[in-house]
This record gives sequence, C-alpha cells and structure tokens, in this order.
Amino acid sequence: MLKGLMFLCVLCSSVEQKIYVVLNETVPCVRLLNATHQIGCQSSISGDTGVLHVLETESDLDWILSSGPHPPYMVIMETAFFNRSVMMRMKNSSRVAGVAVIISKTGLADNFSPHTTCPNQNTGVYSESYGSDLANCNGTVWNPLGNGLSYEDFSFPVFALKDENQTQVLRKCYEDHNQRVNGSAPQYPLCAMQLFSHMHAVTDTVTCMRRTDLQNRFSINPEVLCDPLSDFNVWTSTRPLNNSAKGHAADESVVIAATRLDGRSFFWEQAPAAEGTVSGIVTLLATIQALYPVTQEAPPPRNIFFSFFQGEAFDYIGSSKMVYDMEKNDFVIDMNNVHSMLEIGQVGLRSGRSLWMHSDPVSRQNKSVDTEVSEEEGKLSLFSHPLPPSSFQRFLRARRIPGLVLADHNTSFTNRYYESMYDDAENLNVTYPPGLTPDEQLVYETDAAKSLAEVATLVARSLYLQAGGEEKNLNNITADPKIVNISVFLTASFYIGLGPRVHGPAHSVTRFVQYILANLTGTVTNLTESQCQNPSELSTENKDLFSYFWVSGPASVNGTREPFCVRASVRLSKAVSPAFELLEYGSRNYSTWTESRWKSIRARIFLVASRELEVMQPALVELTETKQKNISAKTEIMFIK
Amino acid sequence: MTLAVFFGCAFIAFGPSFALFVFTIAREPLRVIILIAGAFFWLLSLLLSSLVWFIAIKASNSQDPSLQRGLLIFGVFFSVLLQEVFRFAYYRLLRKANEGLAAISDDDSSAISVRQMAYVAGLGFGIMSGAFSMINVLSDSLGPGTVGIFGDSQYYFITAALMTLALTLLHTFWGVVFFEGCEKSRWWVIAAVVSLHLLVAGLSLLNPLYEGSLPPVYVITLPTGVWAFFSSGGSLHSLSALCTRRKAEGESS
Repeated sequence: MLKGLMFLCVLCSSVEQKIYVVLNETVPCVRLLNATHQIGCQSSISGDTGVLHVLETESDLDWILSSGPHPPYMVIMETAFFNRSVMMRMKNSSRVAGVAVIISKTGLADNFSPHTTCPNQNTGVYSESYGSDLANCNGTVWNPLGNGLSYEDFSFPVFALKDENQTQVLRKCYEDHNQRVNGSAPQYPLCAMQLFSHMHAVTDTVTCMRRTDLQNRFSINPEVLCDPLSDFNVWTSTRPLNNSAKGHAADESVVIAATRLDGRSFFWEQAPAAEGTVSGIVTLLATIQALYPVTQEAPPPRNIFFSFFQGEAFDYIGSSKMVYDMEKNDFVIDMNNVHSMLEIGQVGLRSGRSLWMHSDPVSRQNKSVDTEVSEEEGKLSLFSHPLPPSSFQRFLRARRIPGLVLADHNTSFTNRYYESMYDDAENLNVTYPPGLTPDEQLVYETDAAKSLAEVATLVARSLYLQAGGEEKNLNNITADPKIVNISVFLTASFYIGLGPRVHGPAHSVTRFVQYILANLTGTVTNLTESQCQNPSELSTENKDLFSYFWVSGPASVNGTREPFCVRASVRLSKAVSPAFELLEYGSRNYSTWTESRWKSIRARIFLVASRELEVMQPALVELTETKQKNISAKTEIMFIK
Repeated sequence: MTLAVFFGCAFIAFGPSFALFVFTIAREPLRVIILIAGAFFWLLSLLLSSLVWFIAIKASNSQDPSLQRGLLIFGVFFSVLLQEVFRFAYYRLLRKANEGLAAISDDDSSAISVRQMAYVAGLGFGIMSGAFSMINVLSDSLGPGTVGIFGDSQYYFITAALMTLALTLLHTFWGVVFFEGCEKSRWWVIAAVVSLHLLVAGLSLLNPLYEGSLPPVYVITLPTGVWAFFSSGGSLHSLSALCTRRKAEGESS
C-alpha cells in the first residue's frame, strides 16, 4: 500500500516524498477557554513526535508508560482504552508524545460520555440563592456516566482516526517496523508519527482577550488569539412579530416552545448529537408542521413563539443572549410578554410510550406559577426533582415563569453517549431495512420517527391549549412521521463553531433549520429575484414582519429548476454570549467560552533512525577533517610551479 | 537529533572542499575570482542541460516509467558532455586571461600559472556540483524523519554525502588533468577524462544499489588523484622532500 502511494507521483524525485507519509483526514482536539480554565489539547509549535505504539492490551500500556525503551511514544489507542483512567495516566506520564484514538464501534464500551456529570451547573438556575439544595446536582445527577474528559486539559495532541484506510496505513507501518519480536524491543529504524495542533491561546478567556486587545491596539499585523463561540438562534412565530419594534410588544402574550440546536464531543467539529439534539430539533419541526395550519385557520388568543437555541452545550450561549436581549428591550418581545414555556429536551429514547415532564419545584412554590404548570401538565407530578439542564433554566433566572421540560428520562439521562462521537443514528435506534437507497431511506418511516411524531403531536396539542385554543380543533393537530425525516440530520455535525463562516454567515445546520422552517410556515409569492431581495420597495410586502428567501426550487424531470420567492416569519438572532458584549470576560453569570486559533493542524508518519547512526556521522567528519589540515598546509611544497 | 545528520552530512560532503578553499585559495583574490567563475561555468552547463532535459520530459508521455528512465539516462549523459564542453571553454577563456595578466604585470609573467588555474577551476566545478547535489537533501535531513518508509535504504543521507564528496574531489582532479592535457595537446587525456566522467555518472545511476556505485567511484577517485598529482608536477621526490622538510621543521622548532 505504501509503495502504491509512492508510485502515484511519477515524476517526483523530491527527498521529502521519500521520507513522509502525510495523513489527509485529521480530526483534532482543540483548546477551548472560559473565564477561569483552559480545556482541550495542545501540541508544541513544531509538532510532537513519538514512536508509534498500538495500545491493545494492558501490557502495551505498561510498555508505553514504563518499560518501553524508545520514549516518547505516540499512542494509537483502541476504542476500548479511550476512558478516563487510561487518559489520566497518559496525561501524568512524560513518555507520551500524543494520542491517536481509533473511533469505531468494535470494542466500544457500554457507555461513554466525555461530558461532565452535571452539565452547565454554574450557569443554570440553581445556585446558593435559588434552590441551593438542588444546586450542583445535589438533587439529581443528570449524567452519571460522564467522565469529564472533554473538560480536561491535555498538554499533548489527541487526534481521532475515523478513516479506516488511514488507520490501516498506521497499523501496517507499526507492524512492519515497531512490532515486538518474542518480547524483545524492536530495532531501529522505527515508525514514528508527528502531530501538529499548536493552539495560540493560553490560560483562560480573560488572558486571551487581553492579549488580543493588545495586539489590535499596538501591532501592525494584529494576531487574534481566540474567538468567542457564536452563531445564530432561529426563531419563528405563529403570528408575525414586528422585527423593528424592539422591547415590549403591545397586546402580545406568548407561549415559547424551545429546543437546542447544538452538540459537542471531545473532538473539534464532531458532534453527531442524535439523541441529544436531533431528537429535539426534529420533534419541534414536526410540531410546527402539525400546528401551523390550524393556527392560521383557527388562531388561538396567544402567540406561539418557536425557538431553536444555539450553543446550549457551552453554558447556554443562545438562550442567555435571548434573555439578555429581552431584558434590555432589544428583542421583538420582552419578559412581560412571555406567558409560559415548553421545552423539548432529549426525547428520542423513550421506553415504551412514557414521556417525562420536568418542572422547577422552587418556582412552583409560587401559587400562580403552580396553577399554570399543573394546567400544562394536566395532572400532578413530582415536586422534588430539579429541572434538567435546559434553556428554560436561563429564562427562570430572569423571571419566574411557568414552564415544562419534556424528556425521555426521569432522574438521569437515558442517553449513554451524551455529547460524544457515539451519539449517532445507532444510538437513536434508527435502522433501515437492508437494500434501501438513500432516497428511499429519506421517506422510510422508522420506529424512531414514529415515536418522535407521537411526541410532536402531544407537544403541538399542548401548545395549542396553552395558547388558549379551543379543544375542538385538537384532532386536526397531528404530526406526520414522514415529515420527521431524521436521516438528513444524522450525518451533520452540530458543533457551534465561530462567527462568519466560509459559506455564508451562519452554520450550515442553522441555515438548514431556517430554510426548513421557511418551507413549513412560509407562503410562496410571485415576486421576482430583485423584488425578493428588496421587498420594501413594494407596498404589499412588509420587511418588518417577514423574511424573504429566494429559493432555487426542486429539480424538475429535465434537471432545470424554477426558483421562487418564499415569505416567512422566520428570523435569525445572534447567539453570542452577553459577556462579550459587556466585555466582562471573567463573568460568572454568562458563558465565556472561546475557541483558540491555530495555524496548521496536520499529521504525518515517517521512520526515525537510531541515535547511534546519527551520532556516527559527525564522527566520520572528524576523521576527514583532521587529515585536511595536514595536507593542505603543504601544498606549496608539493606543487612548486 | 537530526541536526546531527544535517551537520554530519554537510561536513562530509563539503568539509574537504571547504578546507581546500580556506587553506589554498582564500588568501589570493585572483584564485577566488577564478574559483567563482569556474563555479559559474558549471552552473551554465547545468542550466543548458536541464533546459534540454526539461523540454524532453514535457514533450514525452509522463505515464511511461521506462521512457522516463530512459530520458533520465539521456539527461545525465548529455549533462556530462556539456560539463566537459564548458570545462574546455573555461580553459580557453583562462588562457586568454593569462596572456592579458602577463601583459599588465611588472615582470611580464602572469601572477598565476596554468597549473594553479587548473586546480582552482576544477575545485570551482566541484564545489558547485556538490552544492547542487547536496543542498536539497540536506534541507530534508533537518526534519525528524529519515528515508525508508517506502522501502528505501536508511543510509540515503550518508551515501549522498559520500558520493558528493567523491564527485567534488574528482572534479578537482579532472580539472588539473584536463588543463594539462589541453596545454600539451594530448587529446587522449581529454578523452580519458570525458569517459571517466561518463563512467562515474553511469555508476551513480545504479543507485539505490549503493554497493554498486560508491566503492567503484572511490576506486576511480584514488587513481585519478594520483594521476592529477603526477600530472601537475609532483613526484615521489617532492613527497619525500615534504617529509624531510617536516622533520627538519620539527627538529629546529
């Protein structure tokens, strides 16, 4: 295989190509910082080099950490060994130059969650002053399987090996050169790997932002060291809201239906988040699809406001920003407009037909809140459970509004792979019968889709009633499992990322949800492209109430498309933590997460020679040099003329 | 640790020529000029031969490995011939220069003899040829890796350095012999130099079979050195004079 790689470049005679095999697909772990800590991984500026060793058994671990004769080692870690105890031993050892983790399902443990046991414990609603007996997961530990690996700080690079072919190349190199023969150490030359993932930011967000400020002020070529995590929330409403009228909206009482739009894992830009996020998104989209037509025919008294919050994994970036804007009268509605809230949490792994409704026991001590919540639930429920980590907690921090969080779990998450790379379609039990094409998979009704559609129907009907609608219309509200075509979402990555992106100002998932919403709730107009881009010129169109999207349309039989203009009340609102607007980088109240910048992230493998060979060469030099001087000084004698 | 490889190979390849430069050439500005001009002439020959090779490569089918190999062999031999042509051209230039130098000097004799010019010119060719062979290999030796992951020999760097050393010395010796042959109009000498150069270039094409290329090249280098020594006026008598002079100096001081 390696020789084949070489013959690909017929005319190259470059020595570099004889030495290095560059690995193309690299999935690194990057450094993130908040007000007080740095987490993630760091390499040295010229890369970290180590002799390859595959970690498959306990004796391999021993070899790497104590007995192997060629430290530092670059560990190729089988899936089964990627857990807290092994990684902590690697972290404390000076003989590990880096780790490459094989991501596969073989050998995967029964559970793996690199997140903390108590997600977002410092930025939720429970604190010393509010429900102190429920704070810090004293009441319920939500993610007991969490090992906290994502929140550790590693001083060596950790990469993920997702491509099976690439892993084969590494294994082959290891087997050819580094394998132990009968327990004795392997001989030089040995196969080694070098990982580059040098991060520019250190210590915490405060330090990093201070240094960036200094750069911007005094440097000719300013270097930004880190960027705040930011993206956009997506929101829409059953009755259009005037986007240019900020602050309190007169005569508006709003029921908020919310879910989260993001996820994360140990590695950068990898977040399948199937049960954690996709279940919620898909359910809310199905809810909107079921509810919207009825709210247009028989509008309920209250407005229903649907919101998808981005960045919730990182101390509630999106929801804290929306609450902040509401309090500052910088949003279309404010907290006085909010009647109640219903949030969809993780709803994909229901056992049987059960669904749990979580409410906040502290705010329910207030009678009016309690009545509302009981009405929402329709029956009594437990008082002593705190709310799970949810965007609703940020709303409660601002105002004690009645609300519920729906979930498939009662005390702790049923998701055994919360915020990890393994929270994928298989975790959500989304399976297709063999032999289906991708197009057929898109419309196939999986059991998971049917289950989520049931939840969506329940949510839609509850929202309608909560908004004051009449019971007689409830039977018309049903979610269609076909709309719940999850497979499209199951291949995406839900990591929030940074500001302006390559293909437009928002994350691809954000854009996607925005356009699906426009499809579900919008109306097709017969505006031309230029009119669609400047609708304020027309008197019939209102840019304050609606957004206008120029859509390319479905592909017809002969491949042409007929674009058209869609008018919908779907909007994006900036999801960046208020801490960055207030310039309080050490804030305890708001998210302060930033992502470090870097120059290059890459990996390559090569052979390393023995020290003896390398040292022998200068010795040869000594020999030649001593002879020189003697002979050279005597040239005049030898060659007179 | 690969700094060790870099410095080791650099000193192996360039150590002797650098020492020769420092002890025999650096003090005399005329010799320095002739050295640099010699290096430039070699560079010109390389430029022309590489142009020819480049055009041949671009005009040919890049997917045919045997054709590419054939073009490489052709390129090597053409370059050798062109280098010898430029050596002859440099000889003619230096002869002319010599006459001019004699005319402007005080005592009607040139400040530098043809034999010295031959040695300096040969060294100039050698240094430039060594530089072009070795510099890109040296820059890649700085990295953490060594050659071998695709099955090449791990002695790549050191054999490249040794080959460069041999070629540098050979160019110096050939310079001496060639100019002497031209002076005395012994055309068989020139033919011998050209064929030796072709032979050495052909041996280098045997790489990576290092046993087939390095020892034979050194076996050729030694007699060529001896030939150059005798051709430039050295003799066994002067060698023994060297030893006695050294002994006498040792006794007197």
